[in-house]
Amino acid sequence: MYQADISATKAFLKGIFERSTTPQGRAWLTQKTELVSSGSAKEKDFYLAFSAAPRFVGKEHLQLTEADLAQADALRAGFNPSRWTADQAARTLLLLSLPAQDADAFVKQVETLFGTADMGEQVALYGSLPLLPYPERFSKRASEGVRTNIGDVYEAVALDNPFPSEYMEEDAWNQLVLKTLFVGKPLYRIHGLDQRSNSELTRMLSDYAHERWAAGRPVSPELWRTVGPFIDEHTIHDIQRLFSQPDELEREAAALACAQSSFGPARELLNSHPDLKQQVESGELNWGYIGRNATMQEPYKVDRT
Amino acid sequence: MNTQNLMLIDPHIHMTSRTTDDYERMRKAGIVAIIEPAFWLGQPRTDVGSFKDYYSSLVGWERFRASQFGIKHYCTIGLNSKEANNEALAEQVMELLPLFIYKEGVVGVGEIGYDDQTPTEDKYYRLQLELAKETNMPVQIHTPHRDKKSGTIRSMEVSLEHGIAPDMVIVDHNNEETVKDVLDRGFWAAFTIYPNSKMGNERMVEVVKQYGTERIMVNSAADWGISDPLSVPKTAALMLERGISLEDVRKVCYQNALDAFGKSGQMHESDWLTPATVDQREKFSGSTVLRGGQTPVVGELENDEGEFGSKFIR
Ligand SMILES: [Zn+2]
Repeated sequence: MYQADISATKAFLKGIFERSTTPQGRAWLTQKTELVSSGSAKEKDFYLAFSAAPRFVGKEHLQLTEADLAQADALRAGFNPSRWTADQAARTLLLLSLPAQDADAFVKQVETLFGTADMGEQVALYGSLPLLPYPERFSKRASEGVRTNIGDVYEAVALDNPFPSEYMEEDAWNQLVLKTLFVGKPLYRIHGLDQRSNSELTRMLSDYAHERWAAGRPVSPELWRTVGPFIDEHTIHDIQRLFSQPDELEREAAALACAQSSFGPARELLNSHPDLKQQVESGELNWGYIGRNATMQEPYKVDRT
Repeated sequence: MNTQNLMLIDPHIHMTSRTTDDYERMRKAGIVAIIEPAFWLGQPRTDVGSFKDYYSSLVGWERFRASQFGIKHYCTIGLNSKEANNEALAEQVMELLPLFIYKEGVVGVGEIGYDDQTPTEDKYYRLQLELAKETNMPVQIHTPHRDKKSGTIRSMEVSLEHGIAPDMVIVDHNNEETVKDVLDRGFWAAFTIYPNSKMGNERMVEVVKQYGTERIMVNSAADWGISDPLSVPKTAALMLERGISLEDVRKVCYQNALDAFGKSGQMHESDWLTPATVDQREKFSGSTVLRGGQTPVVGELENDEGEFGSKFIR
C-alpha cells in the first residue's frame, strides 16, 4: 500500500532531518512519532503534533548531499527533498507514523489536515504525496493543489514531485504544465514531463505561444520541450518561427524540439542548422540547460497577469 | 495625532469586520502588529463548517490582507461565550480547535469566558482552559458586559482552579471597577477604548496615572459595532499630551501586549523589525486588496522570498 519501503524511507528522512534540528527538536519528534504510531494516540494528539512541528523542530533548510539525493531517488523514484525544511520533514515523518491499515480512516485523517491546513502545512502535505499509502485516493487532492495561488504550495505539488505524473488524470496534468509556464516557474523541475507529453497538451501550448506572440510578449523556450515529439504540419510553423528568433535560447530550443521529432520537415529544419545539430548530438545542448538558463532570464521568468 | 513615531500594538481588534482602508490608516498611525481574537460574526453561526472557514480566514486571508499594509497579524483561536450556548455545535467546534491552535501566528486561546454566565458557557470555558494548559498557550478572556465585576472575578477564579498561571491570562474589557482585582491577582488587565462610551481614552489616562503601567494594556476591540480602529494610537497621543512619559505609553500600548502574547512563542519583535516588502500586486487565492484602477504599492525594502520572488502567484 505504501509507494516505497516504509521503514527504510523513515530511517532516511529521520537521518536528514536530525542534521537540521536541535537535540530538543529530535527528542520532541521521537516522542510524537512514537505516540502517533502506537495506535493509542487520539486524533487530537496527531493533529496537534502535526501543527506544532515548526515550534519544536524549527524551519531550517535540510542540508542534502548528492549521495542523499541519490538515496532518496533509489528509495522512491523521483522523490526529491532537496528544498525541504526541518518542519516539513518532521510533518512527513508524523504522517508516515500514522497507522495505515484502515485505508478509510487514514485518508480521512489526512483529508482533515488538508481541510484546515495553513501554508506551511499544505507544503508538507503535498510534498508527502509520493510517500503516502493509497496514492490513488489523493489524485483529486493533487489536482486541487494545482489550483492554488500560493507560490510555495504550488511548487510543493507541481515541482520536484513524482506524484502528479504518476497519478493525475490527463486534463489535470495538462493544466499543471500550462500553469507552470503561466506563472513563470520552470518546466524542467516537473517530474515525468517528457513521459506524459501528449498531443492535446501540445495544442494547448502552441495556442498559448500564439497568444503571447500576438501580445508581443516573450515565450519561454522550455515550452517546446513537450511539443517536440508531436511536431506536425501545424506546429512546424512555430518551430520555423523559433529558428528566426534573436534569442539564442529559443533557437537552441527549436533544435532540441526537432531532434525529438520523426516528422520529415522537422528533421530537414534541424539539418539546415548544422552547428546546433552538432551541439544536440554531443549532448552539450539539452532541456536541463535550456530550463536553468530560461529561469534566470528576465523576459521568460514571470508572467503575472 | 502625534505619538512621536512610537510603534504600537492593538492586542484586540476584529479586522474581519473592518475595511481595508482601516489597515491603511492604522499603519499610518503607527500600528505595527495586531491580535485578532476569534469572535462571532454579528449573528450566530449554525454549522461547524462556518467556524472552520472563519478560523482558516484568520490564519490565511486576514493575515495576508494585513501584510499588504505592513501590519503583522496574529490571532487567538477559540469558541466565544455567546456561541458556546449551542451545545451540539460547541461539541463539534471543540474537535476543530486542536487543528488550529498551533498554526502560524496563533498566539493564544481566545476570546473565551462568560457572556450570560450559563452552565454551558462554563463548561466550554473550562474545556478551553484545559486545551490552553495542554498546549501551553496564553488565554485571552472576554469579560461579560452584564454583571461584569462578578463575571470577571469568576473568570479568574476558574482559570486558577484549572492550574493556569495568572501571567498566562489576559483579561479584556476592564474598567475602574475591575482593574484592582485583576492586577492584585497577578493577571494582565486590558482596557478597551470605545468611542463615546464605556472606557473612553480620557478615563484611560486616569487609570494609568492611578495604577501605573505594570500588566496594563490598551486595545480597541473594534468590530461590527460603532468602534474606532485608531483607539490605541489616539489614546497614546492623549497620554503623551497629558504628561505620561513616552516610556510608560510604550509599555501600555506596545510592550505589555508583546510580553503577554509573546509567551506563545509565536510573536517576536523581529517579526516587524526585520524589513519586509509590501507588494500589493500579490494575490491570496486569486484575490487582491486592490480594486479597479488602483495602483499597487510596491515596497522598496528587501525581499527574501527566494528565486521566484513573491510567495504568491499573481
Ligand atoms: Zn472581542
